[in-house]
Amino acid sequence: MGIFKRIKDSLVGQSTKQSEKYVAGLDKSRSSFSSKINELAARYRELDEDYFEELENILIMSDVGVSMVMTIVDEIKKEVRLQGIVDPKEINDIIVDKMFVIYANESYMTTKINEAKEGLTVILMVGVNGAGKTTTIAKLSNKLKQEGKSVMVAAGDTFRAGAIDQLATWASRLDIPCVKGKEGGDPSAVVFDAIEQAMASEVDVLICDTAGRLQNKVNLMNELEKMNRIIQRTIPEGPHETLLVIDATTGQNGVSQAKEFSKITDVTGLVLTKMDGTAKGGIVLSIKDELNIPVKFIGLGESLDDLEEFDLEQYIYGLCQNLMGE
Amino acid sequence: MPFESLSDRLQDSLKKIKGQSQLTEANMDEMLREIRLALLEADVNFNVVKEFIKNTKEKALGQDVLGSLKPGQVVVKVVHDELVTLLGTEASELDLSRDMNVIMMVGLQGSGKTTTSGKIAKYLTDKKAKKPLLVAADIYRPAAVDQLVTLGKQLDIPVFEKGTDIKAEDIVTQALAYAKENHHDVVIVDTAGRLHIDEPLMQELRNIKEIAQPSDVLLVVDSLTGQDIVNVASSFHESLTITGAVLTKLDGDSRGGGALSIRHITGVPIKFIGTGEKLDAIDMFYPDRMADRILGMGDVVSLVEKVQDVYDEKDAMKTMNRMKQGTFGLDDMLEQMHQMKKLGPLSGVLKMIPGMPKIPEINDDDTDKKMKQTESIIFSMTPSERRDPSLLNAKRKERIAKGCGRTVADINKLLKQFEQSKLMMKQLSSLNPETGMPMTQGKSQFQVNPNRKKERHKKKKKK
Ligand SMILES: Nc1nc2c(ncn2[C@@H]2O[C@H](COP(=O)(O)OP(=O)(O)OP(=O)(O)O)[C@@H](O)[C@H]2O)c(=O)[nH]1
Ligand SMILES: [Mg+2]
Repeated sequence: MGIFKRIKDSLVGQSTKQSEKYVAGLDKSRSSFSSKINELAARYRELDEDYFEELENILIMSDVGVSMVMTIVDEIKKEVRLQGIVDPKEINDIIVDKMFVIYANESYMTTKINEAKEGLTVILMVGVNGAGKTTTIAKLSNKLKQEGKSVMVAAGDTFRAGAIDQLATWASRLDIPCVKGKEGGDPSAVVFDAIEQAMASEVDVLICDTAGRLQNKVNLMNELEKMNRIIQRTIPEGPHETLLVIDATTGQNGVSQAKEFSKITDVTGLVLTKMDGTAKGGIVLSIKDELNIPVKFIGLGESLDDLEEFDLEQYIYGLCQNLMGE
Repeated sequence: MPFESLSDRLQDSLKKIKGQSQLTEANMDEMLREIRLALLEADVNFNVVKEFIKNTKEKALGQDVLGSLKPGQVVVKVVHDELVTLLGTEASELDLSRDMNVIMMVGLQGSGKTTTSGKIAKYLTDKKAKKPLLVAADIYRPAAVDQLVTLGKQLDIPVFEKGTDIKAEDIVTQALAYAKENHHDVVIVDTAGRLHIDEPLMQELRNIKEIAQPSDVLLVVDSLTGQDIVNVASSFHESLTITGAVLTKLDGDSRGGGALSIRHITGVPIKFIGTGEKLDAIDMFYPDRMADRILGMGDVVSLVEKVQDVYDEKDAMKTMNRMKQGTFGLDDMLEQMHQMKKLGPLSGVLKMIPGMPKIPEINDDDTDKKMKQTESIIFSMTPSERRDPSLLNAKRKERIAKGCGRTVADINKLLKQFEQSKLMMKQLSSLNPETGMPMTQGKSQFQVNPNRKKERHKKKKKK
C-alpha cells in the first residue's frame, strides 16, 4: 500500500462515493489519475528544471497561491532528491502524496454535515456577492431531503432585489417551507423567526441564506455577526455548520474572504461552486493551508443534484490535469 | 504575505538595490522576480505576467539612470508605463451613435450583469439624457426577472419582461419593437449568466446578437476572478466579439489584476467599473489611474474629480482654508460630515489613497443616526469650544455630556474622530489640484529629466 493510500485512509475515514457526474466534471477522459501522470512522464525524459517550472506554472494557473505553489514544488523537489529519482515515471506518487499531505495537514477531513446531537441543526451560508449561496442552499436542501431529513430554509438575503423570490422559488420546487421577511428588512429578524418556526414544526435542518457581502465592508460584516449571535441566543452551540461559498473562478482574494469571514463567524467548511467550468479553484489549497478550513462540497452545475461531496484525490487530479497532457 | 499591496512589494525590492548605483542584469532579475510575484498575487493572468516581465526587462535595461533618479525609480516608471500600455491609455465610451442603441450584457453567473444593467440605465438617464429600456432576458435563474423589475422600479426606468415561458430570443425581438414604438434610444438586454463552455447557451447569445445587432456587447467580469479570466474572456470574445468589459466589485479588497489581463487577452477596452451594490456605484474606467491603483499609489485622480463633482466647492474651499490656517474646528467637521454623506460611494475611493486614515463606512441609516448624535454633542458646546476642542477638559466634558444626554466616552469618541477628520483634511488639502498627486512626493518620484535624450547624445559623442 502506497503512502498516499495509507494517509488517505487514516485521515479521511470513510471514503466518499463518486458519482458519474463528478468524475465526468473533472476527468472527461475517465482515465485514472496515475495513468495520466504516466503520460506526463512520457513527455519529459528527466526531472529537470523545465519539468518543475511547468509544474509550477500549472499550479499558478489553477489559482493556487504563489507562495503555496513554491512550497509544494520545493517539497516535491526535496523528496525527489532524497529518493534519488531522475525518471519522471517515478515522480507520480510523490506529487500526489505531497499535495495530499499539504492539504490534509494532519487534520481530520470529513465531508459530512455537522449535525446537532439532538434537535434542530442550523446551517448558515455566507460568502461574497454572486458566489452561489442561494443555489447551493437549494442543492444542499435537496441532498438532505434525499437522506430523509426534513429541511426548512430562511430567506436571510433581504437586500438584493429578487433574492427572497429566488429562494422561495427553489423552496416550492423542493416542497420545503421557506421563512421570509420583507425586502429591505432586518435579516436577523428573519433568522430569529425561522428558528422559532423550525423548532415548533420540529424540522431537522434549517438553512439560512444571507446577503452576499464583500469581506471588507464593516457594516455588512457586523450585520452577519448579529445574525450569528441571534442564532446562538436560541441555540448556544449553533450554527452547527457555517459554510463559506467560494466561486471556483476566485483568485487570490479567496484567502482574504476566508480570513475575514472566519473572524466574524466560525466557518466550518467551504463550498466550491461553479467547478463545471474551466476554473480549477486552486485557492482552496491556500485557504486550507492558512486557515485550516476544509472543502465540504463542490458545485457542478445549476440543477438540484449538482452538488457533490469533495474528493481530494479527484481534485488534485483536476489541478494537475494540464500537466498530464491533453 | 499575499495581501500586501503591490507597491509595498515593489518598494521592498527596490530597497535592495537602493545602495547600488547601477542597474545590472543580476539586480534587475531580482527585482523582476519580485514584480512577477506581486503581479501574480494581484491575479494578473500568468501569460500576461510572462510577457509583461519580458517587456519590462528589455525596456528597463535600455534606460539610462540620470540626474537624481535612482535605478529603482526608473524601473517603477517603466513598470507604470508598461501597465498603462497594457490597460490602454484612453477611457472608452459606449457607442451611442445610432437612433436606437442596443447594449447586450453577458457574463458568467453572479458576475454582476443585472446590477450593472441597472447602473448603466441610470448612468445613461442621468448623465447622457437618454431614455433607456431594460430587457429581462434571463429566463433561467429563479426570480431573475423579478430582480430586474425591482431595480427598474427603484430607478423609475421601464423594464420589458415577458415572464420565463418564452424563448430569450423572442423576448428580445418583442422588446426591440416595443422600444421603437415607445421611442427608447437605448435598449439594455440583461442576459442569463452562463459558463463560456456551455455551447447551447452560448448559441442563445449568438442568436440574440443576430437579432439585436447590438452597438455594444459588454462582458461583465467579477474583479475577484483569478487565472481563469483568460478562458472566460477569450471564449466570450471568440463567440460574440465583445466591444468592452465591465469590471465589477472593485469596492472589495481584491487587486483587480484581471483588468490588466482582459484587455491584453481580447484587445477590447474596459468601459466601466462597478464600485458598490447601490445603483449609482459605477464609474468610467481610466486606464492610467487603474495603473496607479495597481501600483498602490491610490486612485487619487478619480478622487479629486469626484470630489469636484459633488463637493459644494465654496464650502469645501472654506474648510480647506481653515485647515491650512490650522483653524479647523468641530463645526467644520460637522459640515464635512454632511458633505461626506453627499459623496456617498466616495468612501470607497477614499480608501484607495495610501495612508488615508480609515473612515467609517457610509451607510445611510447608520450615518443619519451617528450624525444626529454628533450634532447633539456639538450643539451642547460653546462656540469657543467648537472652534478649539483642546479647551475640553474633564469638567467641560461632563457639562456637555449632561447637556446632550450622552456619556463622556461618547464625547471622547467624537474627539478622536475629529482628530482623524483633521488628518484627512490635511491630506486632501495637500493634493495637487492639477495632478491629484500628493504635492510633497508626486514631483520628485516621476519626474523624468526633459533633457534626457540630449544628454545621452552628448555622452555618445564624447565616446
Ligand atoms: N459590492 C458590489 N457588489 C456588486 C457589484 N455589482 C454587483 N454586485 C452584487 O453581486 C451580486 C450578483 O449581482 P447580479 O447583478 O445579480 O449578477 P448577475 O450577473 O446578474 O447574476 P446572475 O444573473 O445570477 O448570473 C449581487 O449581490 C449584487 O448586488 C459591485 O460593483 N460591488
Ligand atoms: Mg442576472
